[in-house]
Amino acid sequence: MILRSCGDRAILVEYTDLAETMAFFPSLRRTAPEDVEDLVPAARTILVRHNGNSDRVAAWIRAAEPADHATAPITEPVVITVRYDGDDLADVADLTGLTAREVIRAHTEQVWTVAFCGFAPGFGYLVGTDDRLHVPRRSAPRTTVPAGSVGLAGEFSGVYPRSSPGGWQLIGRSDTELWDVARTPPALLQPGTTVRFEQV
Amino acid sequence: MRQLSIVRTGPLCTVQDRGRPGRASFGVGRSGAADIASHDAANRLVGNTAQAATLEVTFGGLALRACFDAVVAVTGASTECAVDGVRQGLYSTIMLPSGATLTLAAPTSGLRNYLAVRGGIDAPTVLGSRSTDTLSGIGPEVVRAGTDLLVGTEHADWPAAEYIPEPLPRSVTTLRVEYGPRDDWFTAEAKATLIQQRWTVSQDCDRVGIRLDGPDPLPRAVAGELASEGMVPGGLQVPPSGKPVLFLADHPVTGGYPVIAVVTTGSMPEAAQLRPGDTVRFHLGRSAQFEP
Repeated sequence: MILRSCGDRAILVEYTDLAETMAFFPSLRRTAPEDVEDLVPAARTILVRHNGNSDRVAAWIRAAEPADHATAPITEPVVITVRYDGDDLADVADLTGLTAREVIRAHTEQVWTVAFCGFAPGFGYLVGTDDRLHVPRRSAPRTTVPAGSVGLAGEFSGVYPRSSPGGWQLIGRSDTELWDVARTPPALLQPGTTVRFEQV
Repeated sequence: MRQLSIVRTGPLCTVQDRGRPGRASFGVGRSGAADIASHDAANRLVGNTAQAATLEVTFGGLALRACFDAVVAVTGASTECAVDGVRQGLYSTIMLPSGATLTLAAPTSGLRNYLAVRGGIDAPTVLGSRSTDTLSGIGPEVVRAGTDLLVGTEHADWPAAEYIPEPLPRSVTTLRVEYGPRDDWFTAEAKATLIQQRWTVSQDCDRVGIRLDGPDPLPRAVAGELASEGMVPGGLQVPPSGKPVLFLADHPVTGGYPVIAVVTTGSMPEAAQLRPGDTVRFHLGRSAQFEP
């Protein structure tokens, strides 16, 4: 891992790949000392925001061990129901060489894991168990993507919690409430949560 | 019931406190007062606890009344504050009698004022904070004419501070920066330009960030895309145009353009007072004095 200074109150930790990042995040979260204000996991990095004791925080980061999957708690995946009628379903079929039905089956068969969140409250970047559905983003992003849209981009799938601009390939829509500020927890998807999609 | 009634506001008036840290991993930013030093000073002047919420007033234009004898303070940008037309001092404790009108004019320098009332603004708490995040919409509604705000009981022993010296306006704002985390994505010329050039604050200036204009843009040394990563307030993020955006309190939680340098925490209160047309320079390194 590489540690990069990010101003006087944060350290950006860079890992080799997404898998390594996902392996370290649970243990950093579990062992975070009082000096640490927040952890922001992303595709290749974890940003550690702290109270100014950068040397102590850096030492803690370097000493962290990756999570041991054998001891990870086994939880039931969250189920997200989807109407697979997205505007880009045909394009995704072309890009993957699958039929539209095979695209849907590939999406619903895999167990997806939330790698990290960001972009908007409640938005989780999901990684699957195989690469059948790895497709590029749209060449021209849409200025508005409807709330609940289910999409694909690169190695990720995701669901837009609310309407926003977006460049992902849209394969369906979901009514599942991903974000409810009054709920505990407010975000349905948090790093490490497993997800299954169900066709309705 | 103790309330403040808002008669009118200027371009933007929001409730702010110290924000909601610790939630970035599910996409929620910290938010909070953009100029945290002025927010804290206002609270101290009315003997509030550190958690109390204030009104963040952007570019003045505020008029409000209290239905009780209120104790208030105004800090931040250089502006005229009056109670029923009688001029009041900034950075000191103001008695606002029941029914009297307090006004804040548009500042002559700086951008944001903080109005604290003894007891704090008792707006609804969302995810642990009363701050309005203008990027995600989380938190209390934006304060408008006709809004009635409850006043709470978040005050401690009286007083915490009787007088706090007002910061002096400067013609050029100098902000301290540290290079990184992605300074290696930029040429040596870009890094030099960042700290040698006079930058001008453009019209694109809000709680999310400030876009800066300058004679020379900041060229990249590395082509290609950066995978999105966590962002911080004070981050100088450089989009393809080469003109940096200085992030403030409501910055996006993650971003896909490289950050060449980050403004230090000690310089952020001044950064939060920048307004369109202001001149900015960046100075390398932290201040020798203690930075809270």
